[in-house]
Amino acid sequence: MRDLKITPIRNGTVIDHINPGMALKVLRIIGVGGTNVQSPVSVLMHVPSKKIGFKDVVKVEDRELDPHEVDKIALISPKATINIIRDFNVAEKFKVMLPDTVKGIVRCGNPSCITNLNEPVVPEFSVENRDPPILRCIYCDRILEDTADHII
Amino acid sequence: MDFKGADIVSIRDLTVERAEQVMDLAEKMIPYARGEKHTKAMEGKILSNLFFEPSTRTRMSFESAMARLGGKTLEMSHPSMMSIAKGETLADTIRMVEAYSDVIVLRHPHEGAARLAAHFSSKPVINAGDGAGQHPTQTLLDLFTIRRSKGTIEGVKVALVGDLKYGRTVHSLAEALTMFGGEVTFVAPASLQMPRETVKQVEKLGGKPKLTSKLEEVIREVDVLYVTRIQKERFPDPTEYQKVAGCYRIDNALLREAKKDLIVMHPLPRVDEIAPEVDDTPHAKYFDQAFNGVPVRMALLLLVLGGELR
Repeated sequence: MRDLKITPIRNGTVIDHINPGMALKVLRIIGVGGTNVQSPVSVLMHVPSKKIGFKDVVKVEDRELDPHEVDKIALISPKATINIIRDFNVAEKFKVMLPDTVKGIVRCGNPSCITNLNEPVVPEFSVENRDPPILRCIYCDRILEDTADHII
Repeated sequence: MDFKGADIVSIRDLTVERAEQVMDLAEKMIPYARGEKHTKAMEGKILSNLFFEPSTRTRMSFESAMARLGGKTLEMSHPSMMSIAKGETLADTIRMVEAYSDVIVLRHPHEGAARLAAHFSSKPVINAGDGAGQHPTQTLLDLFTIRRSKGTIEGVKVALVGDLKYGRTVHSLAEALTMFGGEVTFVAPASLQMPRETVKQVEKLGGKPKLTSKLEEVIREVDVLYVTRIQKERFPDPTEYQKVAGCYRIDNALLREAKKDLIVMHPLPRVDEIAPEVDDTPHAKYFDQAFNGVPVRMALLLLVLGGELR
């Protein structure tokens, strides 16, 4: 049987140290299946990691992430690292890091929150804790713990 | 500290110093609130009372406060008669109303509505209750009532009794009391006990809340009983409701066990949590508490509109 391995990419982004099982959510965040991604995407799931036990890895060719996408990844995998690859070399490497407030990337989990009505307002949260991510809606003041399920 | 133009959305927006500033001014407002002194401090100013939910005390006390200050109030007719019923957003309603008035008082069934209104309004917005969320003017008048009766809030032992899970006023009151150095005890049946999030917040602020379901365990040691109504509609089984409702009835027999200077407070309306016989005892402070809504709201209006007594 032929040995299938994920080969290094020439240009693009490697998202490493994703919490195990979260890679499919990362694919959704970067828009695989839509018009945002036109090049190959490789996914490794549940591979051993010295840092976090097991991890997922996603490689996206010919594409760099925008800050909103990075923040969304921080919500589901606070320990993730982003490697920007240019000409087979790691041109930039950084850890995801949630800012003090997040706006427009996650919906309030409180069905009675005014932001879930038909009002012209973008949901906004203050970040109470980064790992695990705990957000507080600046409108209704409620804590959102299951952030991954409320990403827009 | 300059309050002018500030929105009063959540008690968390106020520091202890700011809340003290409101209460100090509210003390001075008492003779005006009683009609013993008169002022035109707010002459020419207009308050819009936007109540999307029914209210008696809050709505009327804001109207009374504005009238006592010499200002005028615009009352919204029933929401179903207005453009909201035609599908207008709250954001648009607020932008329209701010053009007609100098300050907006809002009660709305959805949490976060007041923050949204403040976002869209250049005029100060005062939250008069948003769903199960915040009701900061109620918290301020509760603190004011305790401070007037006890001379301070620091070190005062307050038992919050009844429906602590759904009761709108008790969550922010528990936090505010702790900010002022008060000691809180939560007395409720397990099914209606204070939400974990509020208990954690109280602990974060340095408080050590006690949780119990038995009022008789704490009645001898507390200085304030803050009683709330247990809402029948929260119980699917009426017999379960009867079991719970009956166990926190405050009457003179219970109060004989308490400190002589214990005060009983209630945000009202009460149903049968406090026996009418208590009304005539020195313990009863709930009608004073309702009155205190007027001087506290007068103080807030003066501060956010930057008015001066004249």
